[in-house]
Amino acid sequence: MSELATAATAGHTERSGSLWADAWRELYRNPIFVVASVVILIVMSWAVFPTLWTSTGTDGGTCELVDSRLGPSSEHIFGTTFQGCDMYSHVINGARPSIIIAVLVTLATTLIGVALGVIAGFYGGWLDTVLSRITDVFLGLPFLLGALVFLALLGEQNIWTVSAVLVVLSWPPITRIMRGSVIQVKALDYVEAARALGASNMSIIFRHILPNSIAPVIVLATLYLGGFVSAEATLTFLGVGLQIPEISWGITVAQGQDYAIAGYPHLLIFPCAALIITVLAFIVMGDAMRDALDPRGR
Amino acid sequence: MSATQDIKPADTVGIGREASEKQSRKEAARSDALGFDPSAPLLEVEDLHVEFRTREGVAHAINGASFSLSEGETLGILGESGSGKSVTAQAIMGILDSPPAFVTGGQVRLRGVDLLTLPEESRRLVRADRVAMVFQDALSSLNPVFTVGHQLAEPFRIHRGYSKQEARKEAASLLDLVGIPAASGRVHDYPHQFSGGMRQRVMIAMALALDPDVLIADEPTTALDVTVQAQIMKLLADLQAERNMGLILITHDMGVVADVADKICVMYAGRIVERADVHSTYGNPAHPYTKALLESIPRVDLKGQQLATIEGLPPNLTRLPDGCSFEPRCSWARERCRVDDPPLYDVGAGRQSACHYYEEVLGS
Repeated sequence: MSELATAATAGHTERSGSLWADAWRELYRNPIFVVASVVILIVMSWAVFPTLWTSTGTDGGTCELVDSRLGPSSEHIFGTTFQGCDMYSHVINGARPSIIIAVLVTLATTLIGVALGVIAGFYGGWLDTVLSRITDVFLGLPFLLGALVFLALLGEQNIWTVSAVLVVLSWPPITRIMRGSVIQVKALDYVEAARALGASNMSIIFRHILPNSIAPVIVLATLYLGGFVSAEATLTFLGVGLQIPEISWGITVAQGQDYAIAGYPHLLIFPCAALIITVLAFIVMGDAMRDALDPRGR
Repeated sequence: MSATQDIKPADTVGIGREASEKQSRKEAARSDALGFDPSAPLLEVEDLHVEFRTREGVAHAINGASFSLSEGETLGILGESGSGKSVTAQAIMGILDSPPAFVTGGQVRLRGVDLLTLPEESRRLVRADRVAMVFQDALSSLNPVFTVGHQLAEPFRIHRGYSKQEARKEAASLLDLVGIPAASGRVHDYPHQFSGGMRQRVMIAMALALDPDVLIADEPTTALDVTVQAQIMKLLADLQAERNMGLILITHDMGVVADVADKICVMYAGRIVERADVHSTYGNPAHPYTKALLESIPRVDLKGQQLATIEGLPPNLTRLPDGCSFEPRCSWARERCRVDDPPLYDVGAGRQSACHYYEEVLGS
């Protein structure tokens, strides 16, 4: 008995952890995930502490029209914009609205999607039917057209209205995925076993269903973060998103497009690069999380 | 070391520890307010009907099942897949998925209280506390994201309001009770770090946590290999004897039933077709279905011969025949069987058989 006991305790030194601990270990050992995380952290710090990165302040600094469209130099390492502002400062400061919108919208859609998905999947019946049909209706709205129409109707275009419109158009896929995932987990034996132990519906949902069904939503939410960064830029570029004097990657791209072909490519290259690298980092991170959270994909 | 060897009497491993303090708390939290009468029979199931309302129609999963169980007794419920064994267990536990399943008639009386009439909140108190269940597949019955100790502690937290530490301590003594070596070290392990047999021990520990009066074991050994099966069955039998529990053993394995059950119910198409004590059934079955089941057990002395099987398939539960539901597969079947559904005839010596021609079956 004592031998067995020591053998068992010895085995504990290299014991593997829970599903989440395993997933985390796989993640931080994945170089792609680490690189993506570093990129995202850097962009996040642009958004939160832009003054750490640029001395020109959050308004893009003083813009001299005589400095319009200067190429990269030691004074302006990314060159200057059409208005003669420092492009580097615009790239740093342009991160803020994108990141705020992406985080805000992702949090809101995830909360809505998870709540509705759990209600529909767990309780089923007519509640599921009603919620699923409502989801279908919103899923049927074309994303870009819907966003254009809503934003045009709202009249006012700022971070809050853009976020609200994106939330309205983006919660259905998360709801659907969560619902499917909940239905799958709900049928598993340990949920029935928990019920047989006298667990209440709330405790079954929070202790058994949620932890086991949230993984696909986390993956999708990470991909969403990247998607909303580019959605914000797209809407802004089209003129229904953020407006001048706000500084945003979408605005910078929109202003630079006319002159980029006319010999000033840096007007597009730098804001586009920032945008693309950020979106790519989120997508790569989402993929890495999918690999880690879904062992079947390995 | 045989794993069953180190089962200790319950008194030494925490069930009796701090007995007086725990007892008083137990009394307070327990489902006593529901009016259980200690002198009433332990469990009586009477004329239970369960149907599944599906898009394809109404499937009559259980059509009038009746049986009883007393303290220290083991009832084997036998039948093939789809015969209604597990649905019976779920109906007793009150964990049928509803919809599509609905209990449409009958009573499940525990110490005189009809569980089916209790509101859901009261039924919840009965689960695990009075009636507990062990599931077939222990791996999928344990939540992969929590440690085994965490899950073992759950019944104490749900029903007794124990603190995390108290519950954790009880969890360790439970693991010890079911013969898991170095139990206190293993409470922090996750289900996938246990072997199949160990997991089933954990499930049994979980079911026994609150010292239930009735334990339902739904094919507890089906997912295990043969040697482990024997250990688990022995563990169940020992614990049952120790605590004088009523045990309902649901299985399709005739051998398992023969070893541990006192009496058996044979189910077919949602109906009990034979009810008797184990020895008389095995010696001389009174229903053609039981007889066919017994004949289809592979036997060493018949090696090389064709294995006897039961021809055909169980009936579609959405379209049960008017007469005897076993009639299409029965070698005794006559014209009468097609139209006249046999009741449970008394065959003598406390045995019942749902066959018009049970005398011929008994005599054959």
